Amino acid sequence: MDIVETLKKLLGESGFAGIFQNGGWQNAVMIVIACVLLYLGIKKKFEPLLLVGIAFGCLLVNVSYFIGLTEADALYHPDLWDNFLNSAHEDYHSYGAILKHGGFLDILYIGVKAGIYPSLIFMGVGAMTDFGPLIARPSSLILGAAAQLGVFLAFFGANLIGFTGNQAASIGIIGGADGPTAIYLTTKLAPELLGAIAIAAYSYMALIPMIQPPIMKLLTTKKEREVVMTQARPVSKTEKIIFPIVVTIFCVLLLPSTAPLIGCLMLGNLWRECGVTERLSDTVQNALMNIITVFLGISVGATMAGSRFLTKETIYIVILGLTAFCFSTVGGLLVGKIMYKVTGGKINPLIGSAGVSAVPMAARVSQIEGQKANPKNFLLMHAMGPNVAGVIGSAIAAGFLLKVFGG
Amino acid sequence: MHIVLSAAVSGEKLVFGDNVLTAVLGYGVVFMGLMILMALVYVMGAIFKKMAARKQPLPAAPIPQVTNAAREPEPIGEPAKGTAGEIKLYNVSDKEAAMIMAIVASQMGKPLNELRFKSIKEVK
Repeated sequence: MDIVETLKKLLGESGFAGIFQNGGWQNAVMIVIACVLLYLGIKKKFEPLLLVGIAFGCLLVNVSYFIGLTEADALYHPDLWDNFLNSAHEDYHSYGAILKHGGFLDILYIGVKAGIYPSLIFMGVGAMTDFGPLIARPSSLILGAAAQLGVFLAFFGANLIGFTGNQAASIGIIGGADGPTAIYLTTKLAPELLGAIAIAAYSYMALIPMIQPPIMKLLTTKKEREVVMTQARPVSKTEKIIFPIVVTIFCVLLLPSTAPLIGCLMLGNLWRECGVTERLSDTVQNALMNIITVFLGISVGATMAGSRFLTKETIYIVILGLTAFCFSTVGGLLVGKIMYKVTGGKINPLIGSAGVSAVPMAARVSQIEGQKANPKNFLLMHAMGPNVAGVIGSAIAAGFLLKVFGG
Repeated sequence: MHIVLSAAVSGEKLVFGDNVLTAVLGYGVVFMGLMILMALVYVMGAIFKKMAARKQPLPAAPIPQVTNAAREPEPIGEPAKGTAGEIKLYNVSDKEAAMIMAIVASQMGKPLNELRFKSIKEVK
Protein backbone atom coordinates (compact mmCIF):
# COMPACT_ATOMS: atom_id res chain seq x y z
CA MET A 1 0.00 0.00 0.00
CA ASP A 2 1.38 3.36 -1.04
CA ILE A 3 0.71 5.59 1.95
CA VAL A 4 1.61 8.83 0.15
CA GLU A 5 -0.62 7.97 -2.79
CA THR A 6 -3.51 7.06 -0.43
CA LEU A 7 -3.13 10.32 1.48
CA LYS A 8 -3.00 12.25 -1.81
CA LYS A 9 -6.19 10.51 -2.95
CA LEU A 10 -7.92 11.21 0.37
CA LEU A 11 -7.00 14.88 0.24
CA GLY A 12 -7.84 15.20 -3.46
CA GLU A 13 -11.31 13.80 -2.92
CA SER A 14 -12.03 15.69 0.31
CA GLY A 15 -14.36 18.62 0.62
CA PHE A 16 -11.38 20.89 1.30
CA ALA A 17 -10.16 20.19 -2.23
CA GLY A 18 -13.70 20.76 -3.46
CA ILE A 19 -13.76 24.30 -2.04
CA PHE A 20 -10.76 25.23 -4.20
CA GLN A 21 -12.23 23.63 -7.30
CA ASN A 22 -14.30 25.39 -9.92
CA GLY A 23 -17.51 26.60 -8.21
CA GLY A 24 -16.31 25.51 -4.76
CA TRP A 25 -16.39 29.11 -3.57
CA GLN A 26 -20.18 28.90 -3.69
CA ASN A 27 -20.10 26.11 -1.12
CA ALA A 28 -17.84 28.24 1.08
CA VAL A 29 -20.27 31.17 0.89
CA MET A 30 -23.18 28.87 1.72
CA ILE A 31 -21.32 27.48 4.74
CA VAL A 32 -21.03 31.07 6.01
CA ILE A 33 -24.72 31.71 5.25
CA ALA A 34 -25.65 28.51 7.14
CA CYS A 35 -23.66 29.71 10.17
CA VAL A 36 -25.41 33.12 10.01
CA LEU A 37 -28.80 31.37 9.87
CA LEU A 38 -27.80 29.19 12.83
CA TYR A 39 -26.87 32.37 14.72
CA LEU A 40 -30.23 33.95 13.88
CA GLY A 41 -32.10 30.83 14.92
CA ILE A 42 -30.22 30.12 18.14
CA LYS A 43 -29.19 33.55 19.39
CA LYS A 44 -31.93 35.78 17.94
CA LYS A 45 -34.62 33.05 18.17
CA PHE A 46 -35.89 33.60 14.62
CA GLU A 47 -38.35 30.69 14.25
CA PRO A 48 -35.70 28.43 15.87
CA LEU A 49 -37.66 25.18 15.62
CA LEU A 50 -37.40 25.27 11.84
CA LEU A 51 -34.57 27.67 11.12
CA VAL A 52 -31.97 25.69 13.07
CA GLY A 53 -32.88 22.54 11.10
CA ILE A 54 -32.94 24.40 7.77
CA ALA A 55 -29.57 26.02 8.49
CA PHE A 56 -28.00 22.70 9.48
CA GLY A 57 -29.43 20.99 6.39
CA CYS A 58 -27.87 23.79 4.33
CA LEU A 59 -24.57 23.25 6.11
CA LEU A 60 -24.67 19.47 5.55
CA VAL A 61 -25.33 19.72 1.81
CA ASN A 62 -22.65 22.32 1.25
CA VAL A 63 -19.94 20.36 3.05
CA SER A 64 -20.85 17.11 1.32
CA TYR A 65 -21.83 18.02 -2.25
CA PHE A 66 -19.17 19.38 -4.61
CA ILE A 67 -19.93 19.18 -8.33
CA GLY A 68 -17.82 16.50 -9.99
CA LEU A 69 -15.96 15.62 -6.81
CA THR A 70 -17.90 14.13 -3.90
CA GLU A 71 -21.25 13.65 -5.56
CA ALA A 72 -21.39 9.95 -4.68
CA ASP A 73 -20.89 10.65 -0.96
CA ALA A 74 -23.25 13.62 -0.87
CA LEU A 75 -26.24 13.60 1.46
CA TYR A 76 -28.39 15.37 -1.14
CA HIS A 77 -28.12 15.25 -4.92
CA PRO A 78 -29.78 18.13 -6.81
CA ASP A 79 -29.04 16.33 -10.10
CA LEU A 80 -31.12 13.32 -9.07
CA TRP A 81 -34.07 15.61 -8.45
CA ASP A 82 -33.49 17.34 -11.81
CA ASN A 83 -33.80 13.92 -13.45
CA PHE A 84 -36.87 13.21 -11.35
CA LEU A 85 -38.54 16.29 -12.85
CA ASN A 86 -37.24 15.81 -16.41
CA SER A 87 -39.93 14.05 -18.45
CA ALA A 88 -37.35 13.04 -21.06
CA HIS A 89 -35.15 11.24 -18.48
CA GLU A 90 -35.53 7.55 -17.61
CA ASP A 91 -35.72 8.44 -13.88
CA TYR A 92 -38.68 10.78 -14.43
CA HIS A 93 -40.93 10.59 -11.35
CA SER A 94 -39.00 7.55 -10.14
CA TYR A 95 -38.78 7.44 -6.36
CA GLY A 96 -37.02 4.11 -6.88
CA ALA A 97 -34.09 5.93 -8.49
CA ILE A 98 -33.97 8.32 -5.52
CA LEU A 99 -33.94 5.41 -3.06
CA LYS A 100 -31.28 3.60 -5.10
CA HIS A 101 -28.86 6.45 -5.72
CA GLY A 102 -29.87 9.07 -3.15
CA GLY A 103 -28.24 10.05 0.11
CA PHE A 104 -29.78 10.39 3.55
CA LEU A 105 -31.26 13.82 2.86
CA ASP A 106 -32.56 12.79 -0.58
CA ILE A 107 -34.64 10.12 1.14
CA LEU A 108 -35.95 12.55 3.76
CA TYR A 109 -36.74 15.03 0.97
CA ILE A 110 -39.21 12.55 -0.57
CA GLY A 111 -41.62 13.60 2.20
CA VAL A 112 -41.35 17.24 1.10
CA LYS A 113 -41.62 16.39 -2.59
CA ALA A 114 -44.72 14.27 -2.03
CA GLY A 115 -46.29 17.07 0.02
CA ILE A 116 -46.47 14.87 3.13
CA TYR A 117 -44.57 16.97 5.68
CA PRO A 118 -46.38 20.30 5.08
CA SER A 119 -49.75 18.52 5.27
CA LEU A 120 -48.83 16.77 8.52
CA ILE A 121 -47.58 20.06 9.97
CA PHE A 122 -50.98 21.51 9.08
CA MET A 123 -52.59 18.64 11.00
CA GLY A 124 -50.62 19.67 14.08
CA VAL A 125 -51.48 23.34 13.54
CA GLY A 126 -55.16 22.38 13.34
CA ALA A 127 -54.92 20.45 16.59
CA MET A 128 -53.34 23.48 18.27
CA THR A 129 -55.78 26.05 16.90
CA ASP A 130 -58.94 27.26 18.59
CA PHE A 131 -61.31 28.47 15.87
CA GLY A 132 -63.66 29.82 18.56
CA PRO A 133 -62.84 33.52 17.98
CA LEU A 134 -63.46 33.04 14.25
CA ILE A 135 -66.79 31.25 14.79
CA ALA A 136 -67.86 33.94 17.26
CA ARG A 137 -67.09 36.73 14.78
CA PRO A 138 -67.34 35.29 11.23
CA SER A 139 -66.57 38.70 9.68
CA SER A 140 -62.95 37.90 10.62
CA LEU A 141 -62.90 35.79 7.48
CA ILE A 142 -63.07 38.96 5.35
CA LEU A 143 -59.90 40.20 7.05
CA GLY A 144 -58.24 36.84 6.41
CA ALA A 145 -59.12 37.19 2.72
CA ALA A 146 -58.01 40.84 2.51
CA ALA A 147 -54.61 39.97 3.94
CA GLN A 148 -53.86 37.75 0.93
CA LEU A 149 -53.34 40.95 -1.11
CA GLY A 150 -49.56 40.59 -0.95
CA VAL A 151 -49.72 37.07 -2.41
CA PHE A 152 -51.21 38.30 -5.65
CA LEU A 153 -49.26 41.58 -5.83
CA ALA A 154 -45.97 39.70 -5.39
CA PHE A 155 -47.14 37.17 -7.99
CA PHE A 156 -47.81 40.07 -10.36
CA GLY A 157 -44.43 41.67 -9.60
CA ALA A 158 -42.52 38.40 -10.01
CA ASN A 159 -44.09 37.91 -13.42
CA LEU A 160 -43.08 41.43 -14.43
CA ILE A 161 -39.47 40.79 -13.35
CA GLY A 162 -39.32 37.73 -15.60
CA PHE A 163 -40.09 34.69 -13.46
CA THR A 164 -42.29 32.02 -15.04
CA GLY A 165 -45.91 31.73 -13.91
CA ASN A 166 -45.10 28.71 -11.72
CA GLN A 167 -42.19 30.48 -10.04
CA ALA A 168 -44.19 33.70 -9.58
CA ALA A 169 -46.99 31.74 -7.88
CA SER A 170 -44.50 30.15 -5.47
CA ILE A 171 -42.89 33.52 -4.69
CA GLY A 172 -46.28 35.18 -4.18
CA ILE A 173 -47.39 32.67 -1.58
CA ILE A 174 -44.66 33.97 0.78
CA GLY A 175 -47.17 36.80 1.39
CA GLY A 176 -49.51 34.26 2.97
CA ALA A 177 -47.05 34.17 5.91
CA ASP A 178 -47.60 30.46 6.19
CA GLY A 179 -44.46 28.32 6.02
CA PRO A 180 -46.00 24.89 5.33
CA THR A 181 -48.26 26.33 2.58
CA ALA A 182 -45.29 28.07 0.94
CA ILE A 183 -43.25 24.85 1.04
CA TYR A 184 -46.15 22.76 -0.26
CA LEU A 185 -46.88 25.04 -3.22
CA THR A 186 -43.23 25.62 -4.13
CA THR A 187 -42.47 21.89 -4.09
CA LYS A 188 -45.31 21.34 -6.53
CA LEU A 189 -44.67 24.32 -8.85
CA ALA A 190 -41.07 25.49 -8.61
CA PRO A 191 -38.94 23.07 -6.55
CA GLU A 192 -35.76 24.79 -7.79
CA LEU A 193 -36.70 27.81 -5.64
CA LEU A 194 -37.64 25.88 -2.49
CA GLY A 195 -34.60 26.79 -0.36
CA ALA A 196 -34.82 30.52 -1.04
CA ILE A 197 -38.59 30.66 -0.59
CA ALA A 198 -38.56 28.67 2.66
CA ILE A 199 -35.81 30.88 4.10
CA ALA A 200 -37.62 34.06 3.04
CA ALA A 201 -40.98 32.84 4.40
CA TYR A 202 -39.68 31.75 7.81
CA SER A 203 -37.35 34.75 8.20
CA TYR A 204 -40.12 37.24 7.51
CA MET A 205 -42.50 35.37 9.82
CA ALA A 206 -39.92 35.78 12.56
CA LEU A 207 -39.54 39.46 11.67
CA ILE A 208 -43.26 40.23 11.87
CA PRO A 209 -42.85 42.24 15.13
CA MET A 210 -40.48 44.51 13.21
CA ILE A 211 -42.20 44.57 9.80
CA GLN A 212 -45.81 45.16 10.80
CA PRO A 213 -45.84 47.91 13.50
CA PRO A 214 -44.58 50.78 11.28
CA ILE A 215 -47.21 49.90 8.62
CA MET A 216 -49.90 49.67 11.31
CA LYS A 217 -49.02 53.09 12.66
CA LEU A 218 -48.83 54.59 9.19
CA LEU A 219 -52.24 53.38 8.08
CA THR A 220 -54.29 53.89 11.25
CA THR A 221 -55.11 56.92 13.37
CA LYS A 222 -54.62 56.94 17.14
CA LYS A 223 -58.39 57.09 17.57
CA GLU A 224 -58.79 53.90 15.52
CA ARG A 225 -56.05 52.08 17.42
CA GLU A 226 -57.65 53.01 20.75
CA VAL A 227 -60.95 51.22 19.98
CA VAL A 228 -61.83 48.68 22.67
CA MET A 229 -63.78 45.83 21.07
CA THR A 230 -66.72 44.23 22.83
CA GLN A 231 -66.48 40.63 23.93
CA ALA A 232 -67.58 38.13 21.27
CA ARG A 233 -70.37 35.64 21.99
CA PRO A 234 -69.51 32.31 23.61
CA VAL A 235 -69.17 29.44 21.13
CA SER A 236 -70.68 26.06 21.95
CA LYS A 237 -68.76 22.80 21.78
CA THR A 238 -71.07 21.51 19.03
CA GLU A 239 -70.32 24.54 16.83
CA LYS A 240 -66.61 23.91 17.26
CA ILE A 241 -67.08 20.28 16.20
CA ILE A 242 -69.22 21.12 13.17
CA PHE A 243 -66.95 23.97 11.98
CA PRO A 244 -64.02 21.84 10.67
CA ILE A 245 -66.47 19.51 8.90
CA VAL A 246 -68.26 22.45 7.20
CA VAL A 247 -64.97 24.11 6.19
CA THR A 248 -63.61 20.86 4.75
CA ILE A 249 -66.74 20.14 2.73
CA PHE A 250 -66.99 23.70 1.39
CA CYS A 251 -63.32 24.45 0.68
CA VAL A 252 -62.47 21.10 -0.87
CA LEU A 253 -65.60 21.17 -3.04
CA LEU A 254 -64.67 24.72 -4.12
CA LEU A 255 -61.00 23.94 -4.80
CA PRO A 256 -60.10 20.24 -4.67
CA SER A 257 -56.41 21.19 -4.82
CA THR A 258 -56.70 22.53 -1.24
CA ALA A 259 -57.65 19.05 0.05
CA PRO A 260 -54.25 18.03 1.51
CA LEU A 261 -53.80 21.32 3.42
CA ILE A 262 -57.38 22.13 4.44
CA GLY A 263 -58.19 18.45 5.00
CA CYS A 264 -55.26 17.93 7.39
CA LEU A 265 -55.80 21.28 9.15
CA MET A 266 -59.43 20.50 9.81
CA LEU A 267 -58.85 16.85 10.74
CA GLY A 268 -56.34 18.00 13.37
CA ASN A 269 -58.88 20.53 14.64
CA LEU A 270 -61.68 17.94 14.73
CA TRP A 271 -59.48 15.65 16.83
CA ARG A 272 -58.95 18.56 19.20
CA GLU A 273 -62.58 19.57 19.49
CA CYS A 274 -64.58 16.34 19.29
CA GLY A 275 -63.58 15.37 22.83
CA VAL A 276 -63.20 11.64 22.21
CA THR A 277 -59.75 11.60 20.57
CA GLU A 278 -57.61 13.41 23.11
CA ARG A 279 -54.72 10.97 22.63
CA LEU A 280 -54.61 11.61 18.90
CA SER A 281 -54.91 15.36 19.38
CA ASP A 282 -52.07 15.29 21.86
CA THR A 283 -49.92 13.18 19.52
CA VAL A 284 -50.35 15.37 16.44
CA GLN A 285 -49.77 18.63 18.29
CA ASN A 286 -46.68 17.37 20.12
CA ALA A 287 -44.88 14.16 19.09
CA LEU A 288 -45.87 14.07 15.40
CA MET A 289 -45.41 17.82 14.96
CA ASN A 290 -41.91 17.63 16.44
CA ILE A 291 -40.91 14.62 14.33
CA ILE A 292 -42.13 16.24 11.11
CA THR A 293 -40.45 19.53 12.02
CA VAL A 294 -37.15 17.62 12.27
CA PHE A 295 -37.60 16.05 8.82
CA LEU A 296 -39.00 19.19 7.18
CA GLY A 297 -36.34 21.59 8.41
CA ILE A 298 -33.33 19.49 7.54
CA SER A 299 -34.60 18.39 4.11
CA VAL A 300 -35.67 21.90 3.06
CA GLY A 301 -32.23 23.15 4.11
CA ALA A 302 -30.67 20.46 1.93
CA THR A 303 -32.05 22.14 -1.20
CA MET A 304 -29.73 25.10 -0.57
CA ALA A 305 -26.73 23.75 -2.48
CA GLY A 306 -24.44 26.68 -3.35
CA SER A 307 -24.62 26.13 -7.10
CA ARG A 308 -28.44 26.40 -6.96
CA PHE A 309 -28.92 29.03 -4.25
CA LEU A 310 -26.42 31.77 -5.08
CA THR A 311 -28.26 33.32 -7.98
CA LYS A 312 -29.81 36.72 -8.63
CA GLU A 313 -33.23 35.01 -8.41
CA THR A 314 -32.64 34.47 -4.68
CA ILE A 315 -32.15 38.22 -4.20
CA TYR A 316 -35.36 38.91 -6.12
CA ILE A 317 -37.21 36.35 -3.98
CA VAL A 318 -36.00 38.03 -0.77
CA ILE A 319 -37.19 41.45 -2.02
CA LEU A 320 -40.49 40.17 -3.43
CA GLY A 321 -41.15 38.18 -0.25
CA LEU A 322 -40.78 41.30 1.90
CA THR A 323 -43.04 43.21 -0.50
CA ALA A 324 -45.61 40.44 -0.27
CA PHE A 325 -45.56 40.53 3.55
CA CYS A 326 -45.94 44.32 3.65
CA PHE A 327 -48.81 44.40 1.17
CA SER A 328 -50.63 41.56 2.93
CA THR A 329 -50.46 43.64 6.11
CA VAL A 330 -51.70 46.69 4.16
CA GLY A 331 -54.60 44.69 2.70
CA GLY A 332 -55.75 43.49 6.13
CA LEU A 333 -55.44 46.96 7.67
CA LEU A 334 -57.34 48.70 4.85
CA VAL A 335 -60.27 46.31 5.07
CA GLY A 336 -60.05 46.64 8.88
CA LYS A 337 -60.47 50.40 8.42
CA ILE A 338 -63.50 49.84 6.18
CA MET A 339 -65.01 47.58 8.85
CA TYR A 340 -64.28 50.26 11.47
CA LYS A 341 -66.30 52.76 9.41
CA VAL A 342 -69.11 50.34 8.56
CA THR A 343 -69.61 49.21 12.17
CA GLY A 344 -69.52 52.75 13.48
CA GLY A 345 -66.17 52.34 15.22
CA LYS A 346 -66.77 48.96 16.85
CA ILE A 347 -63.93 47.11 15.07
CA ASN A 348 -60.33 48.04 15.81
CA PRO A 349 -58.58 48.04 12.39
CA LEU A 350 -55.39 46.74 14.00
CA ILE A 351 -56.85 43.23 14.02
CA GLY A 352 -56.77 43.36 10.20
CA SER A 353 -53.00 42.98 10.11
CA ALA A 354 -53.36 39.63 11.91
CA GLY A 355 -55.04 38.26 8.77
CA VAL A 356 -51.60 37.36 7.39
CA SER A 357 -51.69 34.01 9.29
CA ALA A 358 -48.35 33.58 11.10
CA VAL A 359 -50.30 32.22 14.09
CA PRO A 360 -50.12 33.58 16.79
CA MET A 361 -47.29 36.07 16.15
CA ALA A 362 -49.39 38.46 14.04
CA ALA A 363 -52.25 38.44 16.59
CA ARG A 364 -49.74 39.20 19.32
CA VAL A 365 -48.45 42.20 17.35
CA SER A 366 -52.05 43.52 17.07
CA GLN A 367 -52.42 43.08 20.85
CA ILE A 368 -49.17 44.93 21.58
CA GLU A 369 -49.91 47.83 19.24
CA GLY A 370 -53.48 48.11 20.53
CA GLN A 371 -52.26 48.22 24.10
CA LYS A 372 -49.68 50.86 23.25
CA ALA A 373 -52.51 53.11 22.03
CA ASN A 374 -54.83 52.23 24.91
CA PRO A 375 -53.53 50.24 27.91
CA LYS A 376 -57.07 48.93 28.54
CA ASN A 377 -57.14 47.30 25.11
CA PHE A 378 -57.05 43.50 24.88
CA LEU A 379 -57.13 42.64 21.18
CA LEU A 380 -55.46 39.23 21.35
CA MET A 381 -58.62 37.09 21.18
CA HIS A 382 -60.24 39.45 18.65
CA ALA A 383 -57.12 39.26 16.45
CA MET A 384 -57.03 35.46 16.65
CA GLY A 385 -60.15 35.36 14.42
CA PRO A 386 -58.50 37.03 11.39
CA ASN A 387 -55.28 35.20 12.26
CA VAL A 388 -56.76 31.72 11.84
CA ALA A 389 -58.90 32.98 8.92
CA GLY A 390 -55.58 33.89 7.27
CA VAL A 391 -54.48 30.24 7.50
CA ILE A 392 -57.63 29.17 5.60
CA GLY A 393 -57.20 32.13 3.20
CA SER A 394 -53.59 31.29 2.34
CA ALA A 395 -54.53 27.62 1.80
CA ILE A 396 -57.28 28.71 -0.63
CA ALA A 397 -54.85 31.06 -2.40
CA ALA A 398 -52.37 28.18 -2.71
CA GLY A 399 -55.14 25.91 -3.96
CA PHE A 400 -56.07 28.45 -6.63
CA LEU A 401 -52.46 28.88 -7.79
CA LEU A 402 -51.94 25.13 -7.80
CA LYS A 403 -55.09 24.64 -9.86
CA VAL A 404 -54.01 27.26 -12.42
CA PHE A 405 -50.31 26.39 -12.67
CA GLY A 406 -50.18 22.80 -11.49
CA GLY A 407 -51.44 21.54 -14.85
CA MET B 1 -58.14 31.32 -18.35
CA HIS B 2 -57.31 28.86 -21.10
CA ILE B 3 -54.33 31.03 -22.13
CA VAL B 4 -53.08 31.16 -18.54
CA LEU B 5 -53.30 27.40 -18.19
CA SER B 6 -51.47 26.70 -21.44
CA ALA B 7 -48.66 29.08 -20.51
CA ALA B 8 -48.43 27.58 -17.05
CA VAL B 9 -48.11 23.99 -18.14
CA SER B 10 -45.11 24.74 -20.30
CA GLY B 11 -43.52 26.83 -17.51
CA GLU B 12 -43.53 29.96 -19.64
CA LYS B 13 -43.71 33.59 -18.65
CA LEU B 14 -47.16 35.11 -18.60
CA VAL B 15 -48.03 37.98 -20.89
CA PHE B 16 -49.10 41.17 -19.10
CA GLY B 17 -52.84 40.63 -19.64
CA ASP B 18 -52.78 37.07 -18.28
CA ASN B 19 -50.67 38.23 -15.34
CA VAL B 20 -53.22 40.88 -14.34
CA LEU B 21 -56.12 38.51 -14.97
CA THR B 22 -54.65 35.71 -12.83
CA ALA B 23 -53.79 38.06 -9.94
CA VAL B 24 -57.24 39.69 -9.89
CA LEU B 25 -59.03 36.39 -10.36
CA GLY B 26 -57.00 34.73 -7.61
CA TYR B 27 -57.69 37.49 -5.11
CA GLY B 28 -61.34 37.38 -6.13
CA VAL B 29 -61.57 33.61 -5.61
CA VAL B 30 -60.02 33.89 -2.12
CA PHE B 31 -62.46 36.69 -1.22
CA MET B 32 -65.45 34.88 -2.65
CA GLY B 33 -64.50 31.60 -0.95
CA LEU B 34 -64.06 33.16 2.48
CA MET B 35 -67.20 35.30 2.14
CA ILE B 36 -69.31 32.24 1.36
CA LEU B 37 -67.67 30.50 4.31
CA MET B 38 -68.52 33.54 6.45
CA ALA B 39 -72.17 33.26 5.38
CA LEU B 40 -72.15 29.55 6.26
CA VAL B 41 -70.70 30.26 9.71
CA TYR B 42 -73.30 33.00 10.30
CA VAL B 43 -76.08 30.57 9.35
CA MET B 44 -74.57 27.92 11.61
CA GLY B 45 -74.36 30.43 14.47
CA ALA B 46 -77.97 31.53 13.96
CA ILE B 47 -79.20 27.92 14.02
CA PHE B 48 -77.33 27.22 17.24
CA LYS B 49 -78.60 30.42 18.86
CA LYS B 50 -82.18 29.39 18.04
CA MET B 51 -81.60 25.89 19.38
CA ALA B 52 -80.10 27.30 22.57
CA ALA B 53 -83.06 29.65 22.99
CA ARG B 54 -85.50 26.72 22.58
CA LYS B 55 -83.68 24.66 25.15
CA GLN B 56 -83.89 27.43 27.77
CA PRO B 57 -86.54 26.51 30.40
CA LEU B 58 -89.79 28.47 30.62
CA PRO B 59 -89.87 31.12 33.36
CA ALA B 60 -90.55 29.35 36.63
CA ALA B 61 -93.69 29.90 38.68
CA PRO B 62 -93.31 32.46 41.49
CA ILE B 63 -91.65 30.90 44.49
CA PRO B 64 -93.02 31.63 47.95
CA GLN B 65 -90.78 34.00 49.85
CA VAL B 66 -88.57 32.50 52.50
CA THR B 67 -86.85 34.20 55.33
CA ASN B 68 -83.12 34.79 55.35
CA ALA B 69 -82.68 32.28 58.11
CA ALA B 70 -84.31 29.47 56.11
CA ARG B 71 -82.51 30.25 52.83
CA GLU B 72 -79.83 27.79 51.78
CA PRO B 73 -76.41 29.36 51.27
CA GLU B 74 -75.56 29.78 47.56
CA PRO B 75 -73.21 27.06 46.31
CA ILE B 76 -69.75 28.43 45.81
CA GLY B 77 -67.58 26.97 43.03
CA GLU B 78 -64.91 24.82 44.50
CA PRO B 79 -61.52 26.40 43.97
CA ALA B 80 -59.42 24.50 41.45
CA LYS B 81 -56.12 22.96 42.45
CA GLY B 82 -53.58 25.73 42.42
CA THR B 83 -52.07 26.71 39.10
CA ALA B 84 -49.22 28.64 40.68
CA GLY B 85 -45.95 26.83 40.38
CA GLU B 86 -47.50 23.95 38.41
CA ILE B 87 -48.20 25.52 35.04
CA LYS B 88 -45.75 24.66 32.28
CA LEU B 89 -44.83 27.51 29.95
CA TYR B 90 -43.38 26.81 26.51
CA ASN B 91 -41.90 29.89 24.79
CA VAL B 92 -44.26 32.11 26.80
CA SER B 93 -43.14 34.73 29.32
CA ASP B 94 -44.72 35.03 32.77
CA LYS B 95 -46.33 38.31 31.76
CA GLU B 96 -47.90 36.82 28.64
CA ALA B 97 -49.09 33.79 30.61
CA ALA B 98 -50.77 36.05 33.18
CA MET B 99 -52.46 37.96 30.38
CA ILE B 100 -53.68 34.80 28.65
CA MET B 101 -55.05 33.36 31.92
CA ALA B 102 -56.88 36.62 32.64
CA ILE B 103 -58.40 36.66 29.14
CA VAL B 104 -59.50 33.01 29.41
CA ALA B 105 -61.09 33.67 32.80
CA SER B 106 -62.87 36.73 31.41
CA GLN B 107 -64.10 34.83 28.32
CA MET B 108 -65.40 31.95 30.43
CA GLY B 109 -66.91 34.27 33.02
CA LYS B 110 -65.27 32.36 35.87
CA PRO B 111 -62.90 33.53 38.59
CA LEU B 112 -59.28 32.53 38.08
CA ASN B 113 -59.18 30.39 41.24
CA GLU B 114 -61.82 28.08 39.77
CA LEU B 115 -59.75 27.39 36.66
CA ARG B 116 -56.72 25.21 36.38
CA PHE B 117 -54.14 25.81 33.68
CA LYS B 118 -51.81 22.92 32.96
CA SER B 119 -49.62 24.47 30.29
CA ILE B 120 -49.44 27.39 27.87
CA LYS B 121 -47.66 26.78 24.63
CA GLU B 122 -46.72 29.11 21.77
CA VAL B 123 -48.26 27.85 18.53
CA LYS B 124 -45.94 28.27 15.54
